[in-house]
Amino acid sequence: MSKFSKSVLLENDEQIIEGLKKGNSLAIDSIYKRYYPSISHMILQNNGSEDEAKDIFQEAVIVLYDKVAKGDFELSSKLKTYLYSICRRLWLKQLNRAGFGNSDISGYEDSLFEEEDLQQHQELEKKFDQMELALEKMGEPCKTILHDFYILNHSMQDICEKFGYTNTDNAKTQKYKCLQRLKKIFFSTD
Amino acid sequence: MGTMNQKEFFELADQYLRGELPAAEKVAFESFCAENPSYAAQLQQHRDFVTNMKETSQRLDFKNVLANSAKEYHKSQGTTTKVVPMKQSTVISLWERIKASSLVAAVVAVFAVFGTLWLSGYYSNLEKASSDYSALRRDMNNVKKNVNAHNAAIKDINDKKSVKSSESQFGATGFMLTTDGYVVTNYHVISGADSIYLQNGKGESYKAQVVHTDASKDLAILYIADKNFKKAKSLPYTFKTSTSDLGEDIYTIGFPRDEAVYGQGYLSSSTGYAGDTIAYQISVPVNPGNSGGPVLDSKGNVIGIISGKQRGIDGAAFAIKTKSIMNALADIPSDSLTAGVKINRKNALAGLPRTEQIKKLQDYIYMVKVY
Repeated sequence: MSKFSKSVLLENDEQIIEGLKKGNSLAIDSIYKRYYPSISHMILQNNGSEDEAKDIFQEAVIVLYDKVAKGDFELSSKLKTYLYSICRRLWLKQLNRAGFGNSDISGYEDSLFEEEDLQQHQELEKKFDQMELALEKMGEPCKTILHDFYILNHSMQDICEKFGYTNTDNAKTQKYKCLQRLKKIFFSTD
Repeated sequence: MGTMNQKEFFELADQYLRGELPAAEKVAFESFCAENPSYAAQLQQHRDFVTNMKETSQRLDFKNVLANSAKEYHKSQGTTTKVVPMKQSTVISLWERIKASSLVAAVVAVFAVFGTLWLSGYYSNLEKASSDYSALRRDMNNVKKNVNAHNAAIKDINDKKSVKSSESQFGATGFMLTTDGYVVTNYHVISGADSIYLQNGKGESYKAQVVHTDASKDLAILYIADKNFKKAKSLPYTFKTSTSDLGEDIYTIGFPRDEAVYGQGYLSSSTGYAGDTIAYQISVPVNPGNSGGPVLDSKGNVIGIISGKQRGIDGAAFAIKTKSIMNALADIPSDSLTAGVKINRKNALAGLPRTEQIKKLQDYIYMVKVY
């Protein structure tokens, strides 16, 4: 797959968005090849380092993924312009945090990705982090049981056999206990 | 469908959400939820939770793919990207020249704007308008007449005792933590108070002093420092620090007016306003004056203390969990305690009918009057 993608690039914005939604690596490769250079240039021009450019770009792709995954995303401009706008906002935030005050990055298309979107992104990030952490904390076999059931949509019958429970009722009880524990961890972390 | 336990409910909920229930059971489940709003709320919460789990998992997968792609890409680029030196453009050199004066101008502008806003009382209005959380202390001005009448009556009964001629500013509720005179209420009730009096159902009024406050948890511990106060033998209720289940049957007694008022409902969420984990959301009719009232479960355990409600949302009141009260008690430095704090562990309410429970515990719930 990755060898193949070296030679092929998705050309059109809709294809890339569609691929991104599915977590397709071809789409991500295309995004990198087509847009990374100009964004890395923007950040290097504005007091940034190569590593910072990498981080900002990666975060911007996650922002884009979150938007796309929500389902109702519509691109109102070229994907390149939109990504640039996200990166610009993220980088501005980072500069401000580092105490550069009102750094002004030569701006165009300001309205594409607003401060508001940035805040939304941070809230989303927090929500997902919390769940990630809760799942991490839970340990085995709970983690796998819940993953098999809720994510992979395996039947209780399958789970019962996989984990060697004597009957599905036992497996169901175990699943219920695991779920309660996950909820407890999730809701008790701030 | 009758009653079912939590485990059965979630098992059905899972099957329902996966679309695996046969048509007849699906209809039955839907109507069961429609009839039991607390279960409907649990189903909604469960649905959100599972969705969150799924999204988190997909997002993790995506992040892994992304990290791989990024690594491959940067490796293939190698060190070909050069660091582009910063050019001192004309804009930047212009900036260097006018930096000082523009900074001064900016500072003046900021002062002018915020100064004007502050002077015009904008911020105090803003604070009122920007939160839809309302604390439930009762402003006594609207019941001034009532209080005046009371004061007059009290004056007639016993002239010798010091009776305040000024009307109390706020009223709320508080309840006994220990037999020797520790009472808990909300911080927002007593903040800024000159003096605090506690009045029980019999009309006896005691002066109280604040021994501990915790503004972040909105809790205040008071101590009755009055010669006339007689220690109670024992408290009828106990304190439950473990988390109570959703849908639990609960009730409260408070003083939204000058008589004790009973209210009942159910525990509707394990977190409070805006996801606050130290509080529950409860569905009990509460009004200004209910603040500080105990929330009891059917066995007579105190599970929380009423603190506020959300404006514009029906039946969303909030109660701070008992655990926080216990933490607040533990936070009191021992030298500011005039007596040891002993928490009651014997419940005299379990098994009694509700009306009997109320009779027994009414004497331990006070109307808090703040002057």
